[in-house]
Amino acid sequence: MPNLKDLKNRIASVKSTRKITKAMQMVAAAKLRRAQEAAEQARPYTERFNAVMGKLAASVGDAENAPVLLRGTGEDKVHLLVVMTAERGLCGGFNANIAKLAKAHATDLLAEGKTVKIVTVGKKGRDAMKREYGQYFVDHVDQSAMKRVAYADAQGVAASVLKSFDAGEFDVAKIFFSRFENVVSQIPTMQQIIPADVSDAAEAADTGTFYDYEPDEQAILADLLPRGVATAIFSAMLENGASEQGARMSAMDNATRNAGEMIDKLTIEYNRSRQAVITNELIEIISGAEAL
Amino acid sequence: MADTVQFDLVSPERLLASVAANEVQIPGAEGDLTAMANHAPLITTLRPGVLKVSGPDGAREYVVTGGFAEISGDSVSVLAERAVPREDMTAEQFKAMVSEATDKLAHAQETFVNEPGPVDDAAKLLADMVAIGDHIGLSAN
Repeated sequence: MPNLKDLKNRIASVKSTRKITKAMQMVAAAKLRRAQEAAEQARPYTERFNAVMGKLAASVGDAENAPVLLRGTGEDKVHLLVVMTAERGLCGGFNANIAKLAKAHATDLLAEGKTVKIVTVGKKGRDAMKREYGQYFVDHVDQSAMKRVAYADAQGVAASVLKSFDAGEFDVAKIFFSRFENVVSQIPTMQQIIPADVSDAAEAADTGTFYDYEPDEQAILADLLPRGVATAIFSAMLENGASEQGARMSAMDNATRNAGEMIDKLTIEYNRSRQAVITNELIEIISGAEAL
Repeated sequence: MADTVQFDLVSPERLLASVAANEVQIPGAEGDLTAMANHAPLITTLRPGVLKVSGPDGAREYVVTGGFAEISGDSVSVLAERAVPREDMTAEQFKAMVSEATDKLAHAQETFVNEPGPVDDAAKLLADMVAIGDHIGLSAN
């Protein structure tokens, strides 16, 4: 039987763990609200941007002289995977799910004989992928100093991606992030950013209005496509931010509940042992008295 | 015939304005233009400049850089990479923007030694930035 003092210590330690998880849950809830707001405020820009991109892409089509960011390099050999995760853990399966999706995709690509390059954004994804795919890492973006997601951060990531694309270092770029559905469900998602995937937007944008373009379609498209990369990364960062907090909130809620259950169980055990000790002592006293 | 258009100004981070406007002056890449109701559908890229909106609720000005405007008969949507209401524009912000443009020019001059195109573009960007400063009464120095 565990002795009373040990039990008491354990109860105290689980209680303080519960306090911490409870506090983390509340912090995550507050941050989630802010992250969700940020994601919602950014939505109009992304939507309209994609709509216009769709229109432009539809009118330029697959023309020979279409910008290379839209048409692609014509090859499909080197894939760049941008894996976007959080800087911190303790958020359930959030980081692991993104890393899992990215790993599965990387394995498929390698099996097809393609070259894989990986850029990680956020420390946790890097840690998760380092063991198996460490040799494919080409770059890492540290977000630990970042308080809230700013467009400038996304621009920075986009600029380095575009620079290596211009240098011909890869043919296809994809980003991995978690789409925020609601607090309990975040969906790990893969999105192709280079060449730009505008097939959905092009269909949605087919409204039959004829626009004048100033300067011409080609020039606008050449101007917009790099911005499109930044926009896609920015919205992925925001979705990720909201997902992270949502995942952390539900993970910490679970932890708090589990700690509560454990405290109940331990308390019952503690009371029973105390009772047993008292009974034991009574028996000893009574049998001692009878012996006299 | 409606005499106002629905004007929306969005930056990547938020929706800055969504109002009815009589006319919107847009700093287009190939020259300024004013959009009023029933303007022909047009998509144009922006140069750094000042965007003026005047509507039933008075006039407002925004400093915008990079992005594009989509104009149709009854709506004007401006998607700017950076958009700041003119009254919120501080000297520091402006200085940062100008120095960014200056850096770009220096970078372009280094990278494209024998190609005038990108260098000219960067020089124009800087000139546009400085012109904004003159317009709103801030100096780059």
